[in-house]
Amino acid sequence: MFPNPQLQSAPASPEALAVPQVSGAVALLQGLVAEGVDTIFGYPGGAIIPIYDALYDFQEQLNHVLVRHEQGGIHAAQGYARASGRVGVVFATSGPGATNLVTGLADAQIDSTPLVCITGQVFAHLLGTDAFQETDILNITTPVTKWNHQITDARDIPAALAKAFYIARSGRPGPVLLDITKNAQLQLFEHAGYEPCTHIRSYRPRPVVRPEYVQRAAELINQAQRPLVLWGQGVLLGSAEAEFREFIEKSGIPAAWTILGAGALPTGHPLNVGMLGMHGNYGPNVLTNECDVLIAIGMRFDDRVTGRLDKYARQAQIIHLDIDPTEIDKNVTATVPVWGDCKETLPLLTQLVAARQHPAWRQRFRDHDAEEVAAVIQDELFPTQDELTMGEVIHQLNQLTQGEAIIVTDVGQHQMVACRYARLNHPRLSITSGGLGTMGFALPAAIGAKYGAPHRTVVAVIGDGGIQMTIQELGTIMQTGIEVKILLLNNQFLGMVRQWQELFHERRYSAVEIASPDYVTVANGYGIAARRVEHRPDLQPALRQLLSHPGSFLLEVRVTRENNIFPMVPQGCGVGEIRLK
Amino acid sequence: MSKQEYNITAYTENQVGLLNRLAIIFSRRKINIESLNTSPSEIEGIHRFNIVVHESEEVVRKIARQMEKQVEVLKVYFNPNEEVIWQEMALYKVPTDVIAERALVERLLREHGARVVLIRKDYTVFETTGHREETDKLLAVLHPYGLIEFVRSARIAIIKTSQGFHHKLREFERQQPGEEVSENEFLDRRDKVFSM
Repeated sequence: MFPNPQLQSAPASPEALAVPQVSGAVALLQGLVAEGVDTIFGYPGGAIIPIYDALYDFQEQLNHVLVRHEQGGIHAAQGYARASGRVGVVFATSGPGATNLVTGLADAQIDSTPLVCITGQVFAHLLGTDAFQETDILNITTPVTKWNHQITDARDIPAALAKAFYIARSGRPGPVLLDITKNAQLQLFEHAGYEPCTHIRSYRPRPVVRPEYVQRAAELINQAQRPLVLWGQGVLLGSAEAEFREFIEKSGIPAAWTILGAGALPTGHPLNVGMLGMHGNYGPNVLTNECDVLIAIGMRFDDRVTGRLDKYARQAQIIHLDIDPTEIDKNVTATVPVWGDCKETLPLLTQLVAARQHPAWRQRFRDHDAEEVAAVIQDELFPTQDELTMGEVIHQLNQLTQGEAIIVTDVGQHQMVACRYARLNHPRLSITSGGLGTMGFALPAAIGAKYGAPHRTVVAVIGDGGIQMTIQELGTIMQTGIEVKILLLNNQFLGMVRQWQELFHERRYSAVEIASPDYVTVANGYGIAARRVEHRPDLQPALRQLLSHPGSFLLEVRVTRENNIFPMVPQGCGVGEIRLK
Repeated sequence: MSKQEYNITAYTENQVGLLNRLAIIFSRRKINIESLNTSPSEIEGIHRFNIVVHESEEVVRKIARQMEKQVEVLKVYFNPNEEVIWQEMALYKVPTDVIAERALVERLLREHGARVVLIRKDYTVFETTGHREETDKLLAVLHPYGLIEFVRSARIAIIKTSQGFHHKLREFERQQPGEEVSENEFLDRRDKVFSM
């Protein structure tokens, strides 16, 4: 064995001699265990070998899932976090390993997913020298992390890790990256024990709620004749589903959801009036422009939800509940802002609002629903033509899963169909890439979701474009034996781009026809059972097989090629201009 | 909304990489930073950024909130010029023989409140502090006399009405690690909140 000149212990003070000496890598893993981490998604490499070496001795406490690409690792950690409500953890090496995390970091940042990413880095004395596999990952990831930090001395690892977990999971959650130089991983030091972080001087994640604003919001709600609630992921992130439901049920206000808010109120709840936004339901979009008081809860008025801002809810008084002050007045100016954790603000509001029913106003949503069913939903879920539609696949899946499965979706037409039609009886059953719209998200995220919620059936609904972006993660399924149900909706197109080209670019189908491999053979090559269907009588038996097969299963469903997702708010239009066809 | 100069004052932890994190907030919105100064503040361990931008109040408010959202940022204020005392420092390098021979220049220097920093045989360096137009005036005056070099510092500013951040920080710290206190004073400035 060659002596390593970088392996040096820090100078010991005499009184500290009783404290055990550990390496930075061991201290890191001890910290992860102390934070309650049970699963790590990662991929080793030269600059993170000391951590992997230490992991050898932690196999009983920390389950490491070897992915096939770091992007798969971080999406898996996102799926884990979203399904479990805990912090997802990723390991990657320096250079390309670290840069492969960037897409997932951006996705987690915009969707407020709590992650702690640990990247290895070259020896501290090599920093800035263009050393082998060196990248300035801190500067690369600054715009896509909530916080990031580089450690060059092992003694800083426990405190930095504690800070990382605290920042990732508190306030508005988000991804954090710790970059640890190899010498810091190897360095021995006297580790006095891991202390969780509960306070950072310059960071105040829980705003103080101002009762006068809650009071004012309640007054507005009590005067309202046509109030509408829009809820987003903030309800789920704050674990405020029960508080939210109480508020909705007492006030009797119809409530619509952003795709990241899906499931906070069960799909079948009488006050759940559907999905907002570009491909959302007809009623909530049209009536956004007719309500008199709009109550936005834990949502950020994304442009996919609002359409054109100058045509958005101009008639309404707007109450905005959010934990993040930067969201208030960012896109839509609030009449009354209620800054705070909605788990705290909603009960205060519920106390002050009057118990009401709003029957006539709620009837208007039902009227619009009937219109949407006649124009769109009937044909989508119960088609009369020969070819299968995405909607009927999701509809039949619902009948079998009964709203109890986790539905992980990729990005594109199938995503909009799945989000629109999937039934969800509980929170944290819908996992999708919302803000960033990352194709390739679903397969690895579904793997992570199954680790995060092992008792649930996890169905990854993926298009033929998205699956080919991270198809290598079938290897992760093969190696781990994790059970993921893959429902591949193949329309042989990059469907959403094709739809836009059809509607807005005169059917000039530029680079949207995408060939597929024989997915059944590919899956079989990875030891995963698979089947293809393209005829209606085969669909339900195949879905049953997908769900009942012991272990993972890939079901490819050939669906109609040129189906469009409606309703649709065309880009540059207001939500009131939503088209049914 | 009309644009004007705003002075953004940020109190931050002294942390590597924070400058980049803050600069990105401006660059991703295509906002040009007119002036940026960072220095230790009166509080040990706390740094202070003075950033000048020419923007509308609405945009500056959003930027200030984005800055304050960063983990290492304690507090961000923004003020138009009339709400702050501000200064910039300028250095002017002029040939010494011209200074020595032309009494006119000496008089101009006196009129502009300049001070001599260094005199050498070949050149002399003057220093002046003031608002941009004041330092610009002397620049214009010195140009005809063979100005060799000129440099101006970033702006530093002190808020006129603020009680100072030190007091606020002590108050924050006093209440820690108990209940965490956040100021949402920006909400107080929203005159139209109750306008219905």
